[in-house]
Amino acid sequence: MTNTSNIRFIQGNEACVEGALYAGINFFAGYPITPSTEIAEHLAQRLPAIGGKFIQMEDEIASMAAIIGASLTGSKVMTATSGPGFSLKQEALGYACMAEIPCVIANVQRGGPSTGNPTHVSQGDVNQARWGTHGDHSIVALTASNHQDVFKMTVEAFNIAETYRTPVVLLFDEVIGHMREKLEIPERGELPVVDRLRTSVPKGVDYHPYLPREDGRLPMSDFGAEHRYNVTGLFHDMWGFPNNDPQVVSDLLRHLVDKIENNWENICFYKEHWLDDADYVLISYGSSARSAKHIARNRRKRGMKIGVLELQTIWPFPTEIVREKCANAKAVMVVEMNMGQVVTQVKSAVDHPEKVFLANRIDGQLISPTDIKTTLRMIQGKGV
Amino acid sequence: MSTNKEFDFKNYVRGRYFPHIWCPGCGHGIVLGALLRAVHELELDKNNIVMTSGIGCSSRISGYVDFHSLHTIHGRALAFATGVKLSRPNLKAIVPMGDGDALAIGGNHFIHAARRNIDITAIVMNNRIYGMTGGQFSPLSGTGKKATTAPYTTIDNNFDVVELAKAAGASFVARSTVFHASESKEYLKKAIMHKGFSVVEILSQCPTYYGRKNKEGDAATMMEGYRKNTVKIGSKKLDTNPDLIQRGIFVEDTDRPEYCEAYDEIIETAMKGKA
Ligand SMILES: Cc1ncc(C[n+]2csc(CCOP(=O)(O)OP(=O)(O)O)c2C)c(N)n1
Ligand code: SF4
Repeated sequence: MTNTSNIRFIQGNEACVEGALYAGINFFAGYPITPSTEIAEHLAQRLPAIGGKFIQMEDEIASMAAIIGASLTGSKVMTATSGPGFSLKQEALGYACMAEIPCVIANVQRGGPSTGNPTHVSQGDVNQARWGTHGDHSIVALTASNHQDVFKMTVEAFNIAETYRTPVVLLFDEVIGHMREKLEIPERGELPVVDRLRTSVPKGVDYHPYLPREDGRLPMSDFGAEHRYNVTGLFHDMWGFPNNDPQVVSDLLRHLVDKIENNWENICFYKEHWLDDADYVLISYGSSARSAKHIARNRRKRGMKIGVLELQTIWPFPTEIVREKCANAKAVMVVEMNMGQVVTQVKSAVDHPEKVFLANRIDGQLISPTDIKTTLRMIQGKGV
Repeated sequence: MSTNKEFDFKNYVRGRYFPHIWCPGCGHGIVLGALLRAVHELELDKNNIVMTSGIGCSSRISGYVDFHSLHTIHGRALAFATGVKLSRPNLKAIVPMGDGDALAIGGNHFIHAARRNIDITAIVMNNRIYGMTGGQFSPLSGTGKKATTAPYTTIDNNFDVVELAKAAGASFVARSTVFHASESKEYLKKAIMHKGFSVVEILSQCPTYYGRKNKEGDAATMMEGYRKNTVKIGSKKLDTNPDLIQRGIFVEDTDRPEYCEAYDEIIETAMKGKA
């Protein structure tokens, strides 16, 4: 008999909550904003029931700050927001990059700029997730097109944050966040759950909080434990003390970027559908990938060699994967709901950028299979 | 409280991090001295203290002390400290702040931390100027003052830290000055032991910018000013000179529920499945 107790029919935002709980979240700070609010609402209910903490802060800046503080005491932390709130979080997000604090930030995208289109779908924050905070840095951003993957990517977000001591952005969108569909919650142990590396340096021995091991990882010590050290957003030495020696500055910046970019393969998630013989490759992510898959399945039935590369890791951009999967394509079409943010990355990844096209929608409506078909016919030189 | 050991600065600071960045005559070092003496006399375990600060000359305190220290971004220290405290309520959270840090960019966090009555000690090191960025006016400068961004004098009114903290719900509010270092220490001790949000405003001179711009003389003269221009709460001198600034403990309310303790009750309810 199948076990149905693990099966839910829920919104994507709730799937994210289930994933976070599975991953071991015990601290959430947030500020309400459509279309992400259900994440806060459900965690407000669920966290205290497991002894965790939920706090509604006075704004998104404070929420981001609070999760960083909580993470330093050893908690697994997350916040959730949408465009305007994501803008407010950027300075503190950069602090988490610089001070290497594990944390997860869900951004359920609405249309922008400004208050924009709060209850409608968009994927306009792709570049903001990459470059929203100032200065050179690296970042991890994951996304998903269905609730099972929302759950899985949320667990992965926590795992990556704890492994690499970095903020991880979950870049969902309004359709995914609000749509209801089935989620089957995996049994304990089915998905790996990673806890941060803690230092083995004993009490009384000098602990260097910012001296990376050979593999680039930094074992942490919780605030409140025996090692007392400094954490700062200034460039700092291995003790965490401010230092602007040119060598220290460049070494730290390189470390912050390399620890992500050199591990891109471990952070890289994607799915492929019918790509083996595909002449036409659709590249998509989030809710627009659902329409891309639909049209590909439909065209396949009519004999067209078309497939879909569904990105789940957006940053670091999976350049190698995209190049490889598009190598034999007659045409590549990026399906997204913005003015062309991922398509720019794809063009610089492939050998033939002139064969890369964009099928997009920017009006707050989910891009439909018909929209994609129209662009496809134009590429093929057929009438629309 | 009497302590077994004599106070020795070296037991509380990180030698590696010295010399400090402060100008000669800056009041902030006196606040640091008072704070460390307070911690010493309270016989607190250094492992149980998290010092969180923002950005400013004052905020550098957190790096100098041998506690867990979190030097964050301008204005947001109380929000970071809220995360620390709620996550691990057994830790003592102390937040030294500049007046701009606390009440311009950080004003919203200040009133909300007070409103929650979360057990954090906020020390507002009020020099009435932006020291770190070179002498711009702050929300505590008051009118008719000179600053690099007020070459024709300020027209902005100032906050009264004590009144603001009281109105926002802080359950312990005190004011002193760096001239009154041992009084400051006593207020800090009470604030740190107080269960709830505590605010200690300490007037602290910035001779480099505020003093120079406003012709208030050198550090010693400015400190002398703190002696002359302040009185204990309710002093008779106020009858003849109501402009004198009052020092003392303005609020000490132990009845109001503390935020983390209140949340523990939420956890108890939630664990029984009553939502
Ligand atoms: C977001 C942001 N805005 C502005 C600054 C620049 N800044 C650094 S410290 C400071 C003000 C410092 O004044 P105050 O908080 O009163 O502390 P003091 O230096 O006088 O002790 C400013 C404006 C900054 N670091 N971050
Ligand atoms: S600029 Fe002013 S506040 Fe800053 S260290 Fe110098 S005297 Fe102190």
